Amino acid sequence: MLDTALWISLTLVLAALALNVYRLTVGPDMPDRLLALDTMYVNSIALIVLLGLWLNTKTYFEAALLIAMLGFISTVAVCKYLLRGDIIE
Amino acid sequence: MTVFVLLEGVISLLLIAGGAFIFIGSLGMAHLRDFYMRLHGPTKATTLGIGCMLIASMLYFWVTEGKPDIQEMLITLFLFITAPVTAHLLAKTGLHQKLRHADKTRGKPLELRPEEVGEKPVPHPDRGHG
Repeated sequence: MLDTALWISLTLVLAALALNVYRLTVGPDMPDRLLALDTMYVNSIALIVLLGLWLNTKTYFEAALLIAMLGFISTVAVCKYLLRGDIIE
Repeated sequence: MTVFVLLEGVISLLLIAGGAFIFIGSLGMAHLRDFYMRLHGPTKATTLGIGCMLIASMLYFWVTEGKPDIQEMLITLFLFITAPVTAHLLAKTGLHQKLRHADKTRGKPLELRPEEVGEKPVPHPDRGHG
């Protein structure tokens, strides 16, 4: 039962990543691409969680935590750059 | 024995629900028509999906190893705190860049004060700098 759920979930997350790549390449403006990147790091955290469940190990959750923090900080930095034209004033 | 079967069912349900919510969020981001609509998908549905998935992982390792671990809860808490901040900043960026919006999107998207976009740093109105 858990194997089937893992496969279904993996398929859905990969389809979501494909949709994010579509929005990242097509997206007409800069904030669209930024939103696509922001969603992509959340989806990559989901992929890491699925990998941890698949391999039955907890080693990779530190990587998930790092991706969460760095992704948030980089999104905020690019937003500040787009808003003010400068990051540190 | 039946308790473990029940827990496996709960974990599987949470995993499938998380995957479905993540997919729905990304589908909304890819499919909707303007930026202000697209912002709704990832900030709400995807956050809920990743929360479901991390709770499923936490339950799984709790059942298999016998003791709870705070790590997944930490990631969930961090994502739930940072998602609204990111959405707010992205919406502000979209308003600042005056992105095109569909006719169904209501509201006036041109209401940022000049100090918020760094045009001219004005003194705070409460202080009275002259």
